[in-house]
Amino acid sequence: MNRFDYVQPATLDEAVAAASEPGAAYLAAGTNLVDLMKTGAMRPDRLVDITRLADLSAIEELPDGGLRIGAMVRNSDLAHDPRLAGRFPMVAEALLSGASAQLRNAATVGGNLVQRTRCPYFADPSNACNKREPGAGCDAKGGESRSHAVLGFSEACIATNPSDFCVPLVALDATVEIAGSTGRREVALDEFHLLPGSTPERETVLEPGDLVTAVRLPGEAAGYGARSRYVKLRDRTSYAFALVSVAAALRIEDGRIADARLALGGVAAKPWRARAAETVLKGAAPDPDAFAEAAEAALAEARPSGDNAFKIDLARRVVRRALAYAAVGSPSRVPALPGSVFASEGEFEHA
Amino acid sequence: MTHTINLTVNGTRREVALDDPRTTLLDLLREGLGLTGAKKGCDRGQCGACTVLVDGRRVNSCLALAIGLDCAEVLTVEGLADGDRLHPVQQAFIDHDGMQCGFCTPGQIMSAVGLIAEAQAGDDPERIREAMSGNICRCGAYAGITAAVREATAVLTESERRERA
Repeated sequence: MNRFDYVQPATLDEAVAAASEPGAAYLAAGTNLVDLMKTGAMRPDRLVDITRLADLSAIEELPDGGLRIGAMVRNSDLAHDPRLAGRFPMVAEALLSGASAQLRNAATVGGNLVQRTRCPYFADPSNACNKREPGAGCDAKGGESRSHAVLGFSEACIATNPSDFCVPLVALDATVEIAGSTGRREVALDEFHLLPGSTPERETVLEPGDLVTAVRLPGEAAGYGARSRYVKLRDRTSYAFALVSVAAALRIEDGRIADARLALGGVAAKPWRARAAETVLKGAAPDPDAFAEAAEAALAEARPSGDNAFKIDLARRVVRRALAYAAVGSPSRVPALPGSVFASEGEFEHA
Repeated sequence: MTHTINLTVNGTRREVALDDPRTTLLDLLREGLGLTGAKKGCDRGQCGACTVLVDGRRVNSCLALAIGLDCAEVLTVEGLADGDRLHPVQQAFIDHDGMQCGFCTPGQIMSAVGLIAEAQAGDDPERIREAMSGNICRCGAYAGITAAVREATAVLTESERRERA
């Protein structure tokens, strides 16, 4: 690990000023950053510790029935908060499907949004990586690439975004609040992460010094609370990143899908909102035919980026499964094995 | 530049001078304070052998920079027993053979103490296994570990009930 200066600002303004200098990075729990500093993939000159800043750790109910979640709220605290679990159960399920209990106790909401890809070629500086070192090339291409992207990738980069939490958030139209040197602003989560294009080193819209201060779920999203699920396929049932995951949510009125939300994880450099599939579902009967058609629409643009063609059909199957689970209804409590196809409560149609 | 932090480690207040901001809590415990219970397995948050409680919550001490933990309360496996009397989780691990080589055991035990305090898993073996998935045991003592956590949960719940009565 490189040497660095450490500062612990007392106010948000001081933090933003300290982090606006080139080479600075914010430090929250450090569960991702410290790990990448150990491998040498990240080498910040200065760490700006934001864990003691006031006002970043609150969960507040909003007048519209939504929820405002401070950036320093820990994943486990959020997942078990009844205000989240009651109205946005698939967000709780996604959180609890990620990492381990120890990591969830430390890792923060803001950190989850800005965590780096788990592409092993990014993490290990002995490999070429355009994300780590622009112009260096990409050793993932033609390498071990079974976990890499099937949507939205580019010549320069085929890495995926590893977040579970962001998948239901993007499905539910979450908003990100940002503080920076030019003041405060907010951006839709769907526009927060960037596709790699020719600049894979740029992963989000954040500018130097910008700090995620909160995430907001709109009250309207609670309308999906009764029928929503997060389903996550991975190489082992717990404590693994998604090969493919799906957040599916339905509003059903008079036996028809009045509205649907669908997003995929593990398939692209950002949480992937599948709007074409939502359009297919709207007005249809919630049956296997509609779910299959939605799955086709969601993956219509998908193609392999390496040794990962299997992920495309796997993603279609997970879409169908997640929609079938959602149609049955959200479980009253997050299942014992969150996000797992091995632990579903209630009856469902096999996808 | 040396930073000084105050920590309470296993009930004892310590003033710790850190001459390097890169020091993790794990390295501080093992190298600085001579508490070698928490183990360095992967050193990357993947194996759980370094699990300790910070302010009552189980975390991977290998990923926590010590410099950020001023005023924290740290509990390691060395602080669990009451004199010669083992903590109920320690006793349950012995009674149920929840170990083989023992390397992961301090992390497993601290993780189990944290899990029981979180009160989410209850008596459900599947929820216990899921909640313990951050602790890898290469010997594969998982069956004994799950049984030990169930028993310790029952013992601690009962003693808490009696205390309240």
